[in-house]
This record gives sequence, C-alpha cells and structure tokens, in this order.
Amino acid sequence: MSDLFPLTVRDAVASRQGKRLVGPVNLDLSGQGACVVLGPNGSGKTTLLRLLHGIARLNKGQITWSCPKAEAQRRQAFVFQHPVMLRRSVLDNLAYPLLLRGVPRKSAQTEAAKMAERIGVSQMLDRPARVLSGGERQKVSLGRALICKPDLLFLDEPSASLDGRATREIEDILQSAKSAGTALILATHDMGQARRLADRVVFLLGGQVHEEGTATDFFARPKTQEAAAFLKGDIVEC
Amino acid sequence: MGDLWQGLSQAFWLVLSADAELVEIAFRSLRITVSALVLACLIALPLAALLAVRRFRWRRAVIATLNALMGLPPVVVGLIVYVLLSRSGPLGALGLLFTPTAMIVAQMIIIVPLVASIAHQSLRDLWQEYHDLLISLNVTQRQKIATLLWDSRRALLTAALAGFGRGIGEVGAIMVVGGNIDNYTRVLTTAIALETGKGEFALALALGFVLIALAIAVNLVIHWLGRTEREGAW
Amino acid sequence: MLRKIMLAASLAVWGGMAQAADVMKMAVTTSFHNSGLADILLPEIEKDLDLEVQLLVVGTGQALKLGRAGDVDAVLVHSRAAEEAFVSEGYGTHRREIMYNDFVFIGPSADPAAIASAQTATGALQAIAEAQAAFVSRGDDSGTHKKELSLWREAGLDAGAFGDWYRAVGAGMGAALNTASGMDAYILADRASWLNFGNKGGLALLFSGDPVLFNQYAYLPVNPELHSHVKSDLVAKLEAWLTSPRAAELINSYTIGGETLFVFNAKPAG
Repeated sequence: MSDLFPLTVRDAVASRQGKRLVGPVNLDLSGQGACVVLGPNGSGKTTLLRLLHGIARLNKGQITWSCPKAEAQRRQAFVFQHPVMLRRSVLDNLAYPLLLRGVPRKSAQTEAAKMAERIGVSQMLDRPARVLSGGERQKVSLGRALICKPDLLFLDEPSASLDGRATREIEDILQSAKSAGTALILATHDMGQARRLADRVVFLLGGQVHEEGTATDFFARPKTQEAAAFLKGDIVEC
Repeated sequence: MGDLWQGLSQAFWLVLSADAELVEIAFRSLRITVSALVLACLIALPLAALLAVRRFRWRRAVIATLNALMGLPPVVVGLIVYVLLSRSGPLGALGLLFTPTAMIVAQMIIIVPLVASIAHQSLRDLWQEYHDLLISLNVTQRQKIATLLWDSRRALLTAALAGFGRGIGEVGAIMVVGGNIDNYTRVLTTAIALETGKGEFALALALGFVLIALAIAVNLVIHWLGRTEREGAW
Repeated sequence: MLRKIMLAASLAVWGGMAQAADVMKMAVTTSFHNSGLADILLPEIEKDLDLEVQLLVVGTGQALKLGRAGDVDAVLVHSRAAEEAFVSEGYGTHRREIMYNDFVFIGPSADPAAIASAQTATGALQAIAEAQAAFVSRGDDSGTHKKELSLWREAGLDAGAFGDWYRAVGAGMGAALNTASGMDAYILADRASWLNFGNKGGLALLFSGDPVLFNQYAYLPVNPELHSHVKSDLVAKLEAWLTSPRAAELINSYTIGGETLFVFNAKPAG
C-alpha cells in the first residue's frame, strides 16, 4: 500500500451560489499525529475538512494525496459534528462500514462488539442507536469511523455539544487511535481540546490559512496579531 | 337503519359459520390484492429509491406524474387494461381478459404510483439525513439504495399498507377486467356491487363489513409482524 | 416461527385453486342472471358435462360486443333485432331460441297514472306519458332498454323528447330498480328480476300479460372463423344441453314465490 500523505493543497477554492466559502487555500501536511484546524465560526473549518475528504465539491485548484483520490477516501473516515445514526441497533451501526466492504455478517458483528468494548458502549449493543444520548451517539459514530482502521480520521467539532465527561471520553478514544497510528485532522474552537490533542495547528480566517505551524510554536509564539488575539480569547472577525 | 342492523348481524353469522362461499371470495380478494401489491412493490420501491438518490433529467417530471397518478380513476385503468387484453386488442393473444391475472395487472397499475409516491417521500427524507455519512463511506449506488430501503422499512410498510387499502377496496377496475365471474373472478367488492344491484342491501352490507374487518385484520397483523408500535423510536 | 406463520398464511391464500376440466365463457344479460335461473342450471351443467361455464353478466349491448371482440365463447341475450344483426354480420354462427319470460310494468302502488287498468302495454305507456309520472329507463343499450324504446315507438311516442319525468339512469336492472324504488317511479322490468329484487319499497307489479311483452332468449355461438381461440366444441355441447329435455324440465319448473318465470321453447335440432 502506498502512502496517503503527503497531502498537497494548491489554490483550492470552494464557493456556493457565488459566495466564496473557502480559499484560495495552500497547504502541505505530512500526516504525523494530530493536526487541529482552528478558527472562529464561519472561517471555513467544516468546508475545508469536507473538501479534503472529498465530500464537498472543489470549484478551483487541486487537492492531491500521494495515492489516487478514490483510494484516499477509502482510507479515511469522517466524524460529523452532528452524528448521523443509522436506524439500526448500536451493533449494526458499528458493523455497517465492514458490511459495505464485503466482510461477512458474523465476523463484522464480532469486530463491532470489540469496538463497542473499546469505546465503552458494549452494554447497549441491541438498543436503537437513535435513542442514545448525544455523547453516546458521538462515541458510536467515532467507533464506526475507526472500525475500518483508517489511516486518517477527520473530525468536525466532535464534542461541540457535549459535556466535560463525554468530551474526555471522546478525547481518550482519539488519543489511543492516534498512538495506534491513525492521523487526525480535527476542527474545533475548543482551545483546551486543541492544546491537549494538537501536534500541528492550521489557523483559518476568512476562508484562508492565516497561520500554520507546530502546536508548540503556535500556542507559545503566534506569528500573527489575529492568532494571538484568538488565543487570548478576544473576538476575532473572520 | 333496518338494513344496517340486518347487515351487521348477517355479517356476524356469515363469519361465524365460516360460510364456504364467503371464505372463498374473501381469500380470492386477498390473493389478488396481495399478489398485485407484491408486484407493485417490486416496481415501486426501487423506482422510489432511484428517484430519491439519482439526479436525472426527467426526475421532477416523473415525480409529478407519479403524484398525479395517485388519483388515477380505477375505472379508467380498468378500461385501458380491458382494451389491451381484449381478444381484439394488442395483447389479446394472451387470453387474459376476465381472469384473475388481468385483475392483478389492473390493481398493480393502480397501486404502483401510490406506493412509489409515499415511499419516495420517506426515502428522500432519509437520504437527506444519511447523505454525508454514505458519501463519506464511499457506498456504491446499489449499497446506497439497499441501505435506504432497509432503514426506512417501516415507512415503506406503511406505503405498502396504503397500497393494500387502495387495492382491496377497489371495484371499478377489477369489475371491468375481471367480469365478476362467480367462483373465478368474483371478489368482495364486486360481490358487493352485485348484491347492491340485486337490491340485497343487507347481504351487500354484510360483505362490506367483512371487507372492512379483513382490511383491519391485515393491518393489525402487519403491524404486529413489524412491531411498529413497540419500537417506535427507530 | 414468524416464517412458519407467513408460510401457512400464504398457503391458505394461494392454495386451493381448483377448476373443472373444461371452462368456457358466456356473456349473459343482467336480467337472466338476476332471475336466479343460472344458479340452478350451472351446477347441473357442471355435473352433466364436466363443464364450468363462466358467466359475464352485462347488458345485451355489451354482451354482443364481447362476442364481437371474441372475449367470450357464446352469448345468451334477448334482443332479437340485435341478435340477428350479430349473426348476419358474421360474428355468430347462428341464433338458437331457448326460452322466454316476460316483461312487466312496475310502479308506485298508488299508481298515479292508473296503468293497472290499461288494456295493452302501449296503453299503459301512453297513460304514464299523459300523467308525466316519473319513469326510470335503463338507458344502457340493454335488451330491456331496447324493448322499452320499441314499446314507446309502438305507442306513438318519442322517448327522446320527454321531459324531466323520464330518467335514463344508464345502469343494470337491479340498479335501475333501486333507483325506481328510491323515487317511486314507473319502470319496465323483466319478471324474474322483479321477483328476485330485494328492495321493493313502495313498488308493485301493476301491468303484465300483453303478448308484446314476451321476452325471447336466444343462444349465439361466437364464430370460430373470426376468433380461432373460441372453444366451439364446448359451445356446441352446451347448446345441445340447453335445448335438451333435461334443460326443458329444469327451466319450466323454476319458480319464485310459486310463479313460473321461464317457458322453454327451443325447437329440437334438425
């Protein structure tokens, strides 16, 4: 299997109904550890993630992985801000991506049960996924994203509407995925979460990459005024 | 009022005594409508799914047509099928006019737009909900349709039940293409029309009550099988 | 468990589709079917000939149309002129008279047009037209309808020019009787349909017996030269049975409420 990274983004632009959502963006990522995309609301974090994953249409420019696009998408997974639960049991939700890849039902369910154990939902395997609490749903969608052992996991504000405990549980799962070798690209505006998880930071403003660097550098010595203000908690207009 | 009471008590006795002719007619009604429904679903459900997930040129036109055809007058369908199947019609060589098969064909044509329209609405809603996830999981068109059909199975069951209701209570089309032949193409609704014509209102009403009871029973059984009520949260 | 229930249910629904060895289709008029005679004859035919006759119960006009299109194997109707046209145009092989019954005038028991005292059928109609009493016409091109129109003509009246009191309902005998019962109107009906009719309401039989009211039924085999799929052998078998002494006895002895309905008058073959 060839490598997924490096990722190269050249002059990428996405607009909808004549309004520019993102771009032009230029970005190079080597794919080590966790890259956190920071920025105020409306700065284009979600759109950028969707563009990179290939579920939003690019209007101009190029996004290239070091393998063909279709293969790249197969080796990635995406966790949405609002988890989409299939109208099935927790177990069947977790097993679903494996079934799509032709894994026999029996072994898919065994895998799913193992994953349930890992993310701490094994006592609710038979319950309809849609009646779970917000935290449980997000855990299930995280488990479902990880079950095919992706090389890269996108997360769009995975704990935006969760309480502290659920957030902690999600982050624990992410840490262990990270140490197992899964690269993360995570959009958030929770500064604490960013500090805890990030190895690199991409700071977006007005749909463009405003600043980019290692997490240590970014948090200690932001290069731009806006990034510094954002870190201090000041209101930054995008 | 007298006829109504007489009809009720007569219906009661007919059912209680398992009147052989009534049982036969009732089962024939079920057989024809269920066959038509199964065939109609085989056409309507994939069509509805395709309309929900595929963007093609005539999509809107097809949806609008289906919606309009929901109100298709059965007697017109009957006439068209009649003309097609008549010995002097284009499909006359099949010899299908005045057979249960002709009735199934006519009912199928009546049911398809109804089932497809109702199914399309719920599939479209579910597709909106699942869109991002399924695109992200890189599903094939087949997998997409299979997932949507399976996950909205309860809504589809409701669509099928609506189709069943339209079929089992339908008289205009099957009268024309079936001919209401005793022991062969006579079903509950055509028998009711016949008895009404003879002025036998009580018997006609009795058959009507049996028809209603049958429709309710089928709905209850399907709901019980699908456990729609218990697991409403799905 | 579930599968077993479903299987049992579908077996119950789809099982048991038995049929007689031979099957043919015959178009008959509503009035013949409503008389109840078919329920006597068909089981005997099935017993004697092992032949299931499937009846399509329609008006004479539609019955002949079914024969023309080849959708039935034989036709049993009562409208002489139309039948003869059917045969002369080549749609039927021949016309065989089987039996007759009679038409009667039905109306409100108060009889506002006083037709009960009329001498002839045409006299009764003239009385109704004079009184402009409500009259229901089949209006469906059936044998009964054609008979009614010919009676109006014989009475020297034009049914097309009548006012509101003349109501053509475009329906079968039973439905037309229901309508007449609902609005207390006069109507021409065949005796059998009337006697078997269950919703008489305020109606009564007011006039009958004029020989012009006799109603001849005839059997018309569909021409196999036009429609090769017609089961001519079965049609011939049925004709032989319908004109046999056995049929004569069954037809002549059929009564409703003690009244004889049909008179067998088929001439022996030859």
